[in-house]
Amino acid sequence: MTTPATASDRAVGRAPMLAVRDLRVTSASGAIVAGLDLTVAPGETVAIVGESGSGKSMTVKALTGLLPEGVRAAGRMELPGRASGHSLEIDLAAPGGAWREVRGSRVALLLQDPFTSLSPVHRCGEQIGWAISGPGRAERVARLLAEVGLPADVAGKYPFQLSGGMRQRVAIAAGLAADPDLLIADEPTTALDVTTQHEVLELIARLQCERDMGLILITHDLRLARSRADRVMVMYAGRLIEEGPIARVMDAPAHPYTARLAACDPPLTHRLPALPTIPGSVPRPWSVADECAFAARCAFAVDACRTAEPRLAEVSEGHRAACLRPETAASPVDGAAADGAAAPIRREVDAAPQDAAADGGQDAQAASGAPAASAPIGPEADAAPPGAAADGAASPPLLSVEGLAKRFPGSAVPALDGVDLEIAAGEAVAVVGESGSGKTTLARCVVGLERADDGRITFHGAATGARRVQIVFQDPYSALNPGLTVGTSLAEALRAAGRPKSEVGELLELVGLPAAYARRRPRALSGGERQRVAIARALAPRADLLVCDESVSALDVSVQAQVLNLLADLRRRLGLTLLFITHDLAVARQIADRVYVMHHGRVVETGPVDSVLGDPAHEYTQRLLASIPAADQAN
Amino acid sequence: MKGLVAGPVPAFVLRRAGATVLLLLALSLLVFGLLYLAPGDVARNLLGTRNVTPEALAEIRARYHLDEPFLQQYWRWLTHAVTGDFGTSIRTGRPIGPLMLEKTGITAATAGLAFLLSVLVGIPAGIVTAVRRGRWLDRVLVTASVVGVSAPGFAIGLLLLYVFALGLGWFPIYGTGEGFLDGLWHLALPAIALALGLGAFVVKLTRAAVIRELDQDYVTFARGRGLSEAATLRVVLRNAAIPIVTSLGLMVAYLFGGTVLIEVTFALPGLGALMEESVLFKDVPVVQALTLAVALVVSVTAFLVDLSYLLIDPRVRARTVRR
Repeated sequence: MTTPATASDRAVGRAPMLAVRDLRVTSASGAIVAGLDLTVAPGETVAIVGESGSGKSMTVKALTGLLPEGVRAAGRMELPGRASGHSLEIDLAAPGGAWREVRGSRVALLLQDPFTSLSPVHRCGEQIGWAISGPGRAERVARLLAEVGLPADVAGKYPFQLSGGMRQRVAIAAGLAADPDLLIADEPTTALDVTTQHEVLELIARLQCERDMGLILITHDLRLARSRADRVMVMYAGRLIEEGPIARVMDAPAHPYTARLAACDPPLTHRLPALPTIPGSVPRPWSVADECAFAARCAFAVDACRTAEPRLAEVSEGHRAACLRPETAASPVDGAAADGAAAPIRREVDAAPQDAAADGGQDAQAASGAPAASAPIGPEADAAPPGAAADGAASPPLLSVEGLAKRFPGSAVPALDGVDLEIAAGEAVAVVGESGSGKTTLARCVVGLERADDGRITFHGAATGARRVQIVFQDPYSALNPGLTVGTSLAEALRAAGRPKSEVGELLELVGLPAAYARRRPRALSGGERQRVAIARALAPRADLLVCDESVSALDVSVQAQVLNLLADLRRRLGLTLLFITHDLAVARQIADRVYVMHHGRVVETGPVDSVLGDPAHEYTQRLLASIPAADQAN
Repeated sequence: MKGLVAGPVPAFVLRRAGATVLLLLALSLLVFGLLYLAPGDVARNLLGTRNVTPEALAEIRARYHLDEPFLQQYWRWLTHAVTGDFGTSIRTGRPIGPLMLEKTGITAATAGLAFLLSVLVGIPAGIVTAVRRGRWLDRVLVTASVVGVSAPGFAIGLLLLYVFALGLGWFPIYGTGEGFLDGLWHLALPAIALALGLGAFVVKLTRAAVIRELDQDYVTFARGRGLSEAATLRVVLRNAAIPIVTSLGLMVAYLFGGTVLIEVTFALPGLGALMEESVLFKDVPVVQALTLAVALVVSVTAFLVDLSYLLIDPRVRARTVRR
């Protein structure tokens, strides 16, 4: 936390190195970004925070002239030259041309996924060197590699020979090759493991400091923004709804959306009876006219909110929000405040069914939010020891895994190296670990998608017999057949379980979707709705054990909270047993009774979630916890 | 690159070469079996369309050792075939080896010319259409390539003959010409007729491969850190080369099918024409020899394509090394 503070001090009062005025991005359907001003000073970090559909990625693409075909930008961008360069002014509406002078030497863009952002058939040194002209290229490449903390021999390696973190370091070196004044990092660590995330963020902060660069950090993660940024800009439906110094915005959000978004982020330190959510979903930016874009989902909306779009107005020095009632937004930071923020949900939910009926295209969370938000998660919700686990001592566990081992052909290290795991009926167990820890292989072995080399998996004490195990995958976009309607997909699953297809509607309502959704195809659904359908499909065979493999990691924070609430609700109502695979300790904290920590194919620590995450015994668990952004603040 | 000199890569090459030899052996067995698969008495088949007399049949049986067991006959045929001795043609009574050899030149020249034309025109056209995706040039070329892919080569050949040889008189109507330039002039129309369909295929293939690569993150990242469009395209092409090279290998098989019709259309005395005549005349030994020759060319090409992966794709190289 020291680096951003000093960076902030240096940034104060310095002339901006980037000033964008009235940025607008328009596609064939309408406005995607509706007017945005942005300045960045040298050494300053500005975080642009928003969920999918907020327009944050399009903003970045517009600033680098990389908008896709058919999408246009308007506005002006000024890049006052630093000591060496001259001042540049760019009309964002003008096609091509001027970007040659901007990209690389003034502004460089770093992408999210280090696995796809490097060419697979070129050596790393070569790729870093592309943006370097003139003699001494090899020495420059070697110097850049040293700067990002990589050994010199990485220059001769191909990207596939490196780990994710190393690839992202190579990408950073490539981005810095032309010595940009400003680095735009679009979710630079989202695809990386927690411990690697920490290292890469530290690296970016150090490079920013050493090179006195400006940094625009695009992220969906408020916690990450808080730990890294000087200023934050919160976007919603293509609009800037709040901006200001990070501490002020986070401690006293002036826009209800910011407050609610922060509250949705599950806390690591304790379990909430129900996670606060935001009912409904983000509207399409062009469908909003003459009203506050958040009004339909806002607990504090008054008539005035629905007749004109609020303008950004100063709340305190440098802190501006586009809200008519900035004093109403709650403080989301500590637990007590989060509980307080949960109160308005109930009020909202009462009104919600009409909204859902009026606009079928909206996320149907409004309908399902009611049971999830108005009641605690279950009898075992708070720190009380789970009753189901106590029963487990008497009867054989629902699932028992003994000495499971698996090595994939051609791999030097085993994916699973003697894993023992037990789940009692009705229990929720989380398996946490980073990529390569073997957690997904374990899940796939349990479901029967993968065959273990050694070890035993028994259900109800028997090795054979009908396994009523179902799995929900990470990516709801590829988990559903795009050619089939939701109803057909569910009917198929019901038929496989010998149930009549007339139960499709019942199944949809079980996961909080209107029965009318049966006629829709997946592409007409939001990510959260698709994941609900995937859960409904998994419930069709009346599964005893539901295995969730990173089932909420691809979702936005507010949607993630909705799906976690749904799973907790289903557990309570159906007596479902959950095996939850996740890399996210805070998610594990919210969903699980017990947790297994995996590392290199072994279980390194196990126990009740409170003691493992509250008082970790193993060095690896401690390291995982220490890597989480702003974990120190939550404590 | 050290791996290319010693170690696992030569082992991989040897393994692939061994597999190719095995494949050819299996194919040769099938090809030899053709004689028996054809309906009727083997000796009568071998007589072709000549008069069937008891003496002729007896002579054929003696010459082809037809009283020996099948595998022994096969072995005799194969050991001779490996030295280039495929027996004698029933139709002409001449040894097949030299007969094929003298006709190979014209077929290789036509097919080679067509291959060069379609690659040299098709790949750049495919790249241009991919880069200018959705613009008018893209639409024109894509429409033209649909026509090219769907029009049969012999029909295009007839059309070309009618317009450029008969009508305009720019090209000769038939014959092979003398000397290099004259030969080229004579082979131009057949090669173009063959190359049109092939070239259209190359355009579509290249376009699809380049478009797929242009949509990748690494292209956005390359542009986003200031690489010029030309430099970005070079990166894209290196990646797009992988699927393109594979498909060029497949095209070789297509070329042989195409030459039969083209050689007949243009009255070129090549292997294709020989194949057509031999099939009509039931000249089974020649058909066997030709089929085996085509199988050899196709499997050697597939082998070379596999090896080219090692050069183009470092991931394949790494996987080979690990195995």
